[in-house]
Amino acid sequence: MTAIHEPPLETPAGTLLRLATAGSVDDGKSTLVGRLLHDTKQVFADQLDAVERVSRERGLDGADLALLTDGLRAEREQGITIDVAYRYFATPKRRFILADTPGHVQYTRNMVTGASTAQLAVVLVDARHGVVEQTRRHAAVAALLKVPHVVLAVNKMDLVDYRESVFAPIADEFAAYTRALGVPDVTAIPISALAGDNVVDPSNHMDWYAGPTLLEHLENVDVDHDPQFCAARLPVQYVLRPQSPEFRDYRGYAGQVTAGAFRPGDEVLVLPSGRRTTIAGIDRLGEQDVDLAYAPQSVTIRLADDVDVSRGDVIVAADRAPEVTQDVVATVCHIADRPLRAGDRVLLRHGTSTVKAIVRSLDSTLNLETLRRDPNPEALRANDIGQVTLRTAAPLPLDDYADHRRTGSFLLIDDADGTTLTAGMVGVPLGSED
Amino acid sequence: MTVVDTVSPLRLSHLDALESEAAHIFREAAAEFERPVLLFSGGKDSIVMLHVAMKAFWPAKVPFGLLHVDTGHNFPEVLEYRDRTVAEHGLRLEVAKVQDYIDDGRLRERADGTRNPLQTVPLLDAINAHRFDAVFGGGRRDEEKARAKERVFSLRDEFGQWDPRRQRPELWSLYNGRHRPGEHVRVFPLSNWTELDVWQYIEQEKIELPEIYFAHEREVFKRNGMWLTPGEWGGPKDGETIETRSVRYRTVGDMSCTGAVDSTAATLQDIITEIAASTLTERGATRADDKMSEAAMEDRKREGYF
Ligand SMILES: Nc1nc2c(ncn2[C@@H]2O[C@H](COP(=O)(O)OP(=O)(O)OP(=O)(O)O)[C@@H](O)[C@H]2O)c(=O)[nH]1
Ligand SMILES: [Mg+2]
Repeated sequence: MTAIHEPPLETPAGTLLRLATAGSVDDGKSTLVGRLLHDTKQVFADQLDAVERVSRERGLDGADLALLTDGLRAEREQGITIDVAYRYFATPKRRFILADTPGHVQYTRNMVTGASTAQLAVVLVDARHGVVEQTRRHAAVAALLKVPHVVLAVNKMDLVDYRESVFAPIADEFAAYTRALGVPDVTAIPISALAGDNVVDPSNHMDWYAGPTLLEHLENVDVDHDPQFCAARLPVQYVLRPQSPEFRDYRGYAGQVTAGAFRPGDEVLVLPSGRRTTIAGIDRLGEQDVDLAYAPQSVTIRLADDVDVSRGDVIVAADRAPEVTQDVVATVCHIADRPLRAGDRVLLRHGTSTVKAIVRSLDSTLNLETLRRDPNPEALRANDIGQVTLRTAAPLPLDDYADHRRTGSFLLIDDADGTTLTAGMVGVPLGSED
Repeated sequence: MTVVDTVSPLRLSHLDALESEAAHIFREAAAEFERPVLLFSGGKDSIVMLHVAMKAFWPAKVPFGLLHVDTGHNFPEVLEYRDRTVAEHGLRLEVAKVQDYIDDGRLRERADGTRNPLQTVPLLDAINAHRFDAVFGGGRRDEEKARAKERVFSLRDEFGQWDPRRQRPELWSLYNGRHRPGEHVRVFPLSNWTELDVWQYIEQEKIELPEIYFAHEREVFKRNGMWLTPGEWGGPKDGETIETRSVRYRTVGDMSCTGAVDSTAATLQDIITEIAASTLTERGATRADDKMSEAAMEDRKREGYF
């Protein structure tokens, strides 16, 4: 193999795609990522040399492209992925941030980490084994995290003679499952990550498949969404008060616009207090008095009235404010080894605020096989997806996760040692009532 | 003032999105920790970090100081740059010196003269002595395969160690910086930047760099396939000959293990063109310490290295 590294210098603004791999252990996720990087000419010669050397030492014929992302010693020794690897590549059409996640059930929390910021998930299955439990779990996690686009990559087609009769039923089964989960967009592509069929280059072995290669699909999937039409949100991170001679009375609220757009003169509410005021001015990272701030810009907002604002508050568009509540109903994915039980006292981290919370009730867990909600579980254990009701010590401005990923999500944290216990999403549950 | 066209969609450029993400990370850490510090080596990544930090807190001052772990094998241009930057912006600077540790016997010089791995002990001592609870590092995930695995907020135990098998899940942009007394968190605002992004950002922001990043005539000698600068640190040795070449540095670290690359790139534009066409990673081209073994970086990181 020859490695050529030819990244494009320019890509159009706003075309970044964040994607994550998913699927069961050994289904070929890391090999696929290596293949994508290799065939789009984004592997450096010294990286490929190292991979070829290790592959030879293991007695393999060719380079094991999974070694391009399986960078930890333990991963290389065991031949599995343990934690997410982030890789960056670009074509002239768009830029990609790729999270290669582990398939092993023990490391599901790391898959959740990689998928939480993804706009697209590539779920792999081994054509010989079809949809297995871990495929379902990852598809459910992607649905829960509201990853808007899902690709089913039926991999290892080389091991089933590239037959359509193997591909089609897997694609059908997966489509039915994801439809039941409410995933809006699913595309199925037959590939061989090892041989390179339909990854970057079209396959010579599957005339029956007329769809795009994986890369073509990734380059064209539409993730453009215009912040102008979303309700504006800015969780306050930090209050800037320079108290220098030049900026004696300056008081700015620094934060990242998580959704929508703000302009000077806009009427806003400061939540949870609900105080109404207007935006006096916006500064953008050293640029004074800009006309506009939109997601995901980091900016500093100055307010017209002398209202009390501090870290943890959220500045929102006055006409499209979220509900402020101490009662949280949410779907959660439990990620810690220690279980979550009704009555547990935890910390809840939402936006830039951290408050005490108590688990009022565990309402249901999702059965991955039937997609039914089993009521009143005794505990939520690692990797369980469930429905919970929480009571917080202070009111929080909670958006529906379906509309606002950043202000509709939260973490539950163990107060004693800081462990992240649970990932929470405000709003509609997955699955059906039994 | 720019005229806003309300009809055309609002789209952030790639570099502006990275800058906003880094500013968000700085503000989170500054708010959540009591005693953050920024690791400043005078290399391009730490210079870019400091630049974004200053923008993130403008018009206020950066609410934390700098820490330099000085190997004693510095390029004079870089030390001069460091001191000038600190003075110009009225920053606080702590220096932890590897040389002090060698002088009093707490560390021993290695046979190969390389001091990069020796930085870990002075770094951890400085973190303990100053009770720093958050340490900003310029590490990027595109640099190296172990770094590609690291979180933005990366927890270190009371011995400063990183356990890659027990990293905290990190969802969305909700960074969890909670830690027990004695533990600290390494924070990497440039996690998602590539080498090319760093250079394009330097050009966009017109950031000044130490001159050694640009092509210049320099006396060098070859060791392990890399051009090294002669010096008291231990080179050239028998059989190694000095020659004058047009070179520049792609990374800046300890003189004994940071190699120069042949180059005629005299401007940022030239450098960007050169990097886009490069067939070697920046560490592969310039760092002897990473060539020592398959997992050299992971091992150093586990012990508490940057
Ligand atoms: N024949 C064939 N083998 C493949 C293909 N893709 C991957 N493999 C092999 O399948 C094995 C597992 O591949 P990986 O890429 O490590 O699998 P993974 O999904 O990343 O596994 P985890 O990350 O541990 O969940 C390796 O031996 C690969 O060479 C393919 O398309 N065809
Ligand atoms: Mg893998």
